[in-house]
Amino acid sequence: MAELVTLREAVASLVRDGATMALEGFTHLIPFAAGHEVIRQGRRGLTLIRMTPDLIYDQMIGMGCASRLVFSWGGNPGVGSLHRFRDAIQAGWPAPLEIEEHSHADMAARYQAGASGLPFAVTRGYVGSDLPKQNLKIKFIECPFTGERLAATPAINPDVTVIHAQRADRAGNVLIYGIIGVQKEAALAAKRVIATVEEIVEDLQAPPNACVLPAWVVTCVCHVPEGARPSYAHGYYKRDNAFYVAWDEISRDRERFRQWMQRHVLSTADFAEYRRSVEADANMKSHA
Amino acid sequence: MTIAAARMLKGGTVCFVGIGLPSGAANLARLTHAPDVVLIYESGTIGAKPAVLPLSIGDGELAESADTVVSVPEVFRYWLQAGRVDVGFLGAAQIDKFGNINTTTIGGSYGKPKVRLPGAGGAPEIATAAKQVNIILKQSRRNFVEKLDFVTSSGIYEEGSGRASKRGRGPTTVITDLGIMSSTPESRELVLQSVHPGVTVEQVKEATGWNLKVADEMKQTPAPTGQELAALRELHARTAAAHGTVATSE
Repeated sequence: MAELVTLREAVASLVRDGATMALEGFTHLIPFAAGHEVIRQGRRGLTLIRMTPDLIYDQMIGMGCASRLVFSWGGNPGVGSLHRFRDAIQAGWPAPLEIEEHSHADMAARYQAGASGLPFAVTRGYVGSDLPKQNLKIKFIECPFTGERLAATPAINPDVTVIHAQRADRAGNVLIYGIIGVQKEAALAAKRVIATVEEIVEDLQAPPNACVLPAWVVTCVCHVPEGARPSYAHGYYKRDNAFYVAWDEISRDRERFRQWMQRHVLSTADFAEYRRSVEADANMKSHA
Repeated sequence: MTIAAARMLKGGTVCFVGIGLPSGAANLARLTHAPDVVLIYESGTIGAKPAVLPLSIGDGELAESADTVVSVPEVFRYWLQAGRVDVGFLGAAQIDKFGNINTTTIGGSYGKPKVRLPGAGGAPEIATAAKQVNIILKQSRRNFVEKLDFVTSSGIYEEGSGRASKRGRGPTTVITDLGIMSSTPESRELVLQSVHPGVTVEQVKEATGWNLKVADEMKQTPAPTGQELAALRELHARTAAAHGTVATSE
């Protein structure tokens, strides 16, 4: 049964140095608050898994939390590069980052295999691509029925998966809606699950076919309002596109990035305080 | 370029859309000559009808305007790999004469690249599972190259290349800021078919890093109509207002 705890307690008890960890959310509902808490608690040597690394992995990589990244698209959507991700791969800063690279269709299938308890995923993938030459986990098999050549890759089973969702009830059942991405698969593939949520409610009021993770597959539920900002939570707040644009400038320079992280993440106690710190800066700029 | 690309999408087409230039062109088609085009984004939004262009592939606007929103595993399995997509619409950082595209690394080696690009995303499977693929990008010698630094997603079918499980025809059309290239089963490589108004064949060849084949009968891309230009400008203005950025027209 899911325990209702603070995010600090959840990360402290479930995320160990060297763990394999997935923070999922496809553009929508990205668990920023949880990523920040991992940075605050100084975790090292993590294998970070995520289809689209996005700003939160740029921050975790730049702060030295990761030694390995498993992904399929590492950019700042609609803006350009993730500078910390690039710097880690191109120059090994702040630490060398080993990468394991796939395609979206394959990553989604690998989570499905993990959630299904199957050893590997099958796709009609990577035809003519150079990726299988660089990533030896991508193999090809022959369909035993048709003889078709198909791509096979190992299932993903993270030690911990973190997702952000709209609501949980007091028992810890978690409701997620809108663009649901690969969160259900990533959660069911993991040994432990942390769900941060916008609201804790008496009654989820979930329609019969809604995407609900029952309390008994969730390890910890943490109440973290706005915990997906600057990404968005459908029905609660919109994506802060201006911050995604601003991040390009903040993250470009190593020193400026470090100062920003020190000021807003390391020097704040939790996500609510981080939000106030970032908003105070934004207000100063708009009145300047 | 966006207008020329938009014209490629016929009404009723089911189109799997990449973010950026492809999304702009696909939505312009929907707002002009092809109101019933079905736009699928890899975030799982099927039949999206955004009023402003999304900055990311999963903006809330896409979910709110979609016919249905499915999970990411589902969109790649039931909808793309099952063969329900008529046209895949992609961008690229580098392209070669066979329509192979690179979005992974430039220069150096894979492990130690000069420039690390975002990577594959949905493209390898879009490029091969869609019935045909349109690619839109700006053209220069820098990105139209003889040999790619990395083949992220494969191009036109080559005999004996071991691509037995390939199902679609691959990149049949490439639209750039200079002209339109397409491949045929006979040519097996990109052939310049049309130049945009004010552009010469020589200019296009000059901006290509290989000896570009040219059609026997060269066409000129019809100039944008007033209606097309107005629709594009309005779309960019709405988008800029929504994202708090400056409108760009390409």
